[in-house]
Amino acid sequence: MTVMSVSRLRRLPRAFVFGAAILIASVIVATFPSAFAPYDPLAMDYVNLLAPPSAAHPFGTDNFGRDVLSRVIHAYTIDMQIALFATLFPFIFGTIVGAIVGYVGGVTESIFGRVVDAVITFPFLVLVIAIVSVLGPGLINMYIAIGVVGWVFYARIIAAEVKVQKRLDYADAGRAMGYTHARIVFRHLLPNAITPAVVYWMTDMALAILLGSSLGYLGLGAQPPAAEWGVQIADGKNFMATAWWISVFPGFAIVLTGLGFSLLGDGLAEILRGRK
Amino acid sequence: MTEPILSVRNLTATFGQGASALRAVNEVSFDVMPGEVLGLVGESGSGKSVTLRSLLRLLPVGGHVGGSVSWHGKDIVRMTDAELRAVRGGQISMIFQEPMTALNPVLPVRVQIEENLRAHTQLDRKGRNARAKELMDLVGIPDSARRLDEFPHQFSGGMRQRVMIAIALASDPKLLLADEPTTALDVTIQDQILNLILDLRDELAMSVVLVTHDLGVVAATCDRMAVMYAGRIVEEGDVTQVFAQPRHAYTRGLLGSIPQAGTERSMLLSIDGTPPGLAAIPQGCAFNPRCDFATDICRRTRPHLTGDGHRAACHNSDAVIAAGSPVKKALSHV
Repeated sequence: MTVMSVSRLRRLPRAFVFGAAILIASVIVATFPSAFAPYDPLAMDYVNLLAPPSAAHPFGTDNFGRDVLSRVIHAYTIDMQIALFATLFPFIFGTIVGAIVGYVGGVTESIFGRVVDAVITFPFLVLVIAIVSVLGPGLINMYIAIGVVGWVFYARIIAAEVKVQKRLDYADAGRAMGYTHARIVFRHLLPNAITPAVVYWMTDMALAILLGSSLGYLGLGAQPPAAEWGVQIADGKNFMATAWWISVFPGFAIVLTGLGFSLLGDGLAEILRGRK
Repeated sequence: MTEPILSVRNLTATFGQGASALRAVNEVSFDVMPGEVLGLVGESGSGKSVTLRSLLRLLPVGGHVGGSVSWHGKDIVRMTDAELRAVRGGQISMIFQEPMTALNPVLPVRVQIEENLRAHTQLDRKGRNARAKELMDLVGIPDSARRLDEFPHQFSGGMRQRVMIAIALASDPKLLLADEPTTALDVTIQDQILNLILDLRDELAMSVVLVTHDLGVVAATCDRMAVMYAGRIVEEGDVTQVFAQPRHAYTRGLLGSIPQAGTERSMLLSIDGTPPGLAAIPQGCAFNPRCDFATDICRRTRPHLTGDGHRAACHNSDAVIAAGSPVKKALSHV
């Protein structure tokens, strides 16, 4: 049994294994940040303002004397949440809408096409910023804003894929067996059509972290003094010349997590392609 | 005289609307008797597959079925969606040409068989399990218990067609529609699948409508045959009768194009030209431009199916009969 599991693990694409390793570690850190962080992320130490990296503070301290390492670690909690919550709703809703639109076709599809056009006319970030400014800053409103815009991308991918799948014989066979439309769409077509959307979801989580950080940086996402990578980078921007560590280490965290999602997505694509 | 279980009258299948509408199937009528295997024969584009699909209203978007298909006293053409779903896969099942693509690639075979049972029977989980295994045994898949949990890509072409048949037979249908079920298979496998269908027909007392372009298959498996040309039935009758004495020039041409082993060497006959497109069906008899027997009347008036039992739509039946059958010996097995 164990021997088989190990050999199976070996056969997985390397990108998938590395990506999964990074993300599993990230999730563990995000779940138990206090176990890893040496200090309280909000505790201020006025003796050590803007202290460079040292043994006591490996990533240095910021302008309030807060430990940058502890803040980067605690930010995992918020940023991993952003990765999940900002993409989960668009993924689910977009998938359902896309499946129905792709299956029904006709007028429904034309209307859907115009909606997609309307949404993608605006640059993604601009539209999200506009919605957040209307709703007010904060994480929940940020999720709503990203969700309102993000689902169309999933729906578009799924609709195109379902359109291809519904012309294949097994869809006809399903109809010939007297199955309901709902059953054919969600039980037969969707599992065959969902691969690209899942892969896109992985990349999208990386993008969501970037977006969350961007909005945090602009003051529209997570609010200070919360530890969030974008907020941290914004905190450090005035000290870039003198205390680079305030911004650079959260930046590394963003890159590392993004890399994890991208690798996982690539690896997953490879695995799912191989299965077909 | 037994009652037919399926009675098709003036069946039409139209694609598109108004002036650009095309009729792929035109006023097709036939009966299927209990326990009978009926062969629908014709070239590509003759409308045989569309006819078969029209029986269950399985046309692609834009297709419209007219006429009547009477099944147990109800007209399938006028059924509601819910009634139609109960008939499809429950009372009338269908198998397809390409066993490679007609199965869902991401679901294990067990799920696909049990799905039909879930849709059409009252069996509980345990019952479905047992029935799935029984069906796999019935269609001759060895090691059924293990293979149930495999995916379609783990099966060979012939085995996949067996799986397809197992799914189609799950709820004991009384009629099996087979759309060129052996075209995509090797000749040896083809033989096995056809024999399987015949055995199951006997065992389950069902009728079969078999669409094929292969007259050898018809000779080996069917009781009766209907020959289609340009969307219409041009000749219909018992297989032995039709092979022994075709009454339509087109049927005669088709029979003449089968190579025959064990007879004196002779030129293989072929029918000149190609079947007409749906948008340009000739006036009169659709076959007249390619017909050796054609006379003036063939170019003017469309012939109707005439005769009792063995029917043909040909103005010059007598001439065709006088020319005799091109089949020298019985095609009992091909």
